[in-house]
Amino acid sequence: MTPIDSTQWILPTVIKIAIMIGFLINVAALLTWLDRRQSAMMQDRIGPNRAVLKIGKFELRVAGLLHTAADGLKFFFKEDFVPPNADKLLFGLAPILAMMPVLALVAVIPMGDTVFPHLLWRHTDHGWVFPAISRLGVEAGRFGGHAIELAVAPLSSGILFIFALAGQGIVGAAIAGWSSDNKFSLMGALRAASQMVSYEVTIGLSLAGAFMLYGTVRLDDMVRWQGENCWGIFAQPAAFFLFFASAVAESKRIPFDLPEAESELVSGYFTEYSGMKFGMFYFAEYMEVVTSSMLLVTIFLGGWQLPFFHRDGITIAVGDWVVVHQVIPHIWMSIVGVVVFFGKVLAVCVFQAFVRWSLPRFRYDQLMKLGWRVLLPLSLGNLFVTGCVILALDKPSVDLAAGLKVAADLSQLAVALVITIFVLRGIVGFSSPARRSRWIVGTSAEFADARGGTETGPMQA
Amino acid sequence: MATSTFPKKPPSPTNAYVVAHVDPTASTQAYLPEIFKGLGVAMKHFFKNTKEMVRGERPDPVLESIAQGVTTISYPEQKRPYPERFRGLHRLTQRDDGSPRCVACLCCSTACPAQCIFIEAGEYPEGDPRRGYERHPVKFVIDELRCIFCGYCVEACPCDAIRMDTGLHAVPYDSREQFIYRKDLLLAAAGRDGSHETANPRHEPGDASHPGVTRQHITH
Repeated sequence: MTPIDSTQWILPTVIKIAIMIGFLINVAALLTWLDRRQSAMMQDRIGPNRAVLKIGKFELRVAGLLHTAADGLKFFFKEDFVPPNADKLLFGLAPILAMMPVLALVAVIPMGDTVFPHLLWRHTDHGWVFPAISRLGVEAGRFGGHAIELAVAPLSSGILFIFALAGQGIVGAAIAGWSSDNKFSLMGALRAASQMVSYEVTIGLSLAGAFMLYGTVRLDDMVRWQGENCWGIFAQPAAFFLFFASAVAESKRIPFDLPEAESELVSGYFTEYSGMKFGMFYFAEYMEVVTSSMLLVTIFLGGWQLPFFHRDGITIAVGDWVVVHQVIPHIWMSIVGVVVFFGKVLAVCVFQAFVRWSLPRFRYDQLMKLGWRVLLPLSLGNLFVTGCVILALDKPSVDLAAGLKVAADLSQLAVALVITIFVLRGIVGFSSPARRSRWIVGTSAEFADARGGTETGPMQA
Repeated sequence: MATSTFPKKPPSPTNAYVVAHVDPTASTQAYLPEIFKGLGVAMKHFFKNTKEMVRGERPDPVLESIAQGVTTISYPEQKRPYPERFRGLHRLTQRDDGSPRCVACLCCSTACPAQCIFIEAGEYPEGDPRRGYERHPVKFVIDELRCIFCGYCVEACPCDAIRMDTGLHAVPYDSREQFIYRKDLLLAAAGRDGSHETANPRHEPGDASHPGVTRQHITH
């Protein structure tokens, strides 16, 4: 065994942990704000905007972001209530058990392509040089340096680690409900456990199709496959929807929020919790949204890849027809990859919030019916079809292989076009003026009209 | 009425209508197309409202209240003006010289069903042309906590001296004492249009326009 040079991995690992956990926690906090403001915008409301930080005469409001900070402060200073007959040990342990698996889950998720530190920049007699690297292959050995994989723990078991940890979150919920000495909590815990059992199966089976296709359980290799071929959402469209539905069910969010259904169970398994212990459950839920978004991006939405962006630069090609080939330094492509990954995760988080605020909650029997009688057979069918297709395309003819390559490139082109159209449409939509329709009916409106519109004073309180 | 139920059903509001039962179609049974439709509606509202909030072009909450968009009135900062005939806090109208039009006839305090008006009448000093012709309020006190805002005082006033057209509602205060509105406060309050007078002209005794009998005409 070669002696491990600690400087080569300790510092990068610490930085990777800082980035990953920092992103997770900050985005989870942002999501609590996003949930409120986005739902307000969807429902034609204003949303919370009054929390203020007064520094002398200067007032800081940041569009209601301070409500999150105020919530955090409140959690710390609230009474930490424990029911008299609760199991004190388990009651205190449950929030930790709910939170830890979520934090551990992000360890295997790759946030960018492998970085070769010795190839980022070089100082020569002519000045600084930023070299590019080849599209495929391992550069570390060839140039005598080492490689940094942009995942905290690039495990070979990859997705199996995720399967192992994803189900653990429910242990916290079940223990919380059991130890609270409260019937509502117990009902919530029961629902959480049975929901988890039902949907964990679908998660596993829907992802099984994906890693049969990719031929690996390593998450970074899955992303590389998607960069070279097509995104998982095109290769496994059914699995994408099945995984999305069960991921929402796993994070216990509407429409699958039966374990904490306010209208039925007060707040389900964390009814008895207060202060920061409640905060940890609350926060774990939002972090689960982020981690499920990360998984979705990694497995189905191309991870750090953008269409036509490869490790060596931009190559716009359909089949054998190369339109543009531009070599870009390794350092820029690495930065672009990380930014793209986190950008995609944020986009999926926003989409999850859309789902959460658009759909009504399932009834319990509907939830079970959906899980066992719709999603599970569908995922089994998906697995079967995937297997058949893989078998049929095992040794493709030259024409078929070329055709598949063109189809894959066309899917990349479609993604690029859709992203471009979305961005352009957003710019056009944002810059176009709003349409107005005045209805001056009644003396109230006449008074306001006489003053030239409703007056708005400075914000108080 | 063929059937009668007990307890009696309340009459349905005039704008109520029966929602037709929709037979399940393939698209509703498949669930996914309907989900995307719903998401589309939500996204349309989201992007439109976000754009207007970011650009600061929210629809006017009063003038464009029927428009699509965020038409919430942010209350303490934005207020919907009260309608023209809203009976708000009282004010005492002024004459041209700034003194109250009130002649302390006690009509308002007599008409007041809540007995919230107290007036102490006083005579004008000797030599004033108005002495013996009319009096003036030495004290004019309204207890706004007792007031029921019925407007009878305004109806009763023969001189258009008390009005409820300030367009302001009763304000919450800390103590009962603050709800006792005295003459100076009532005189200082302005009407909707900002004036302290009224549109009805006042004819002082001695004016050529004065329609009634003045002391000069009385020759006994």
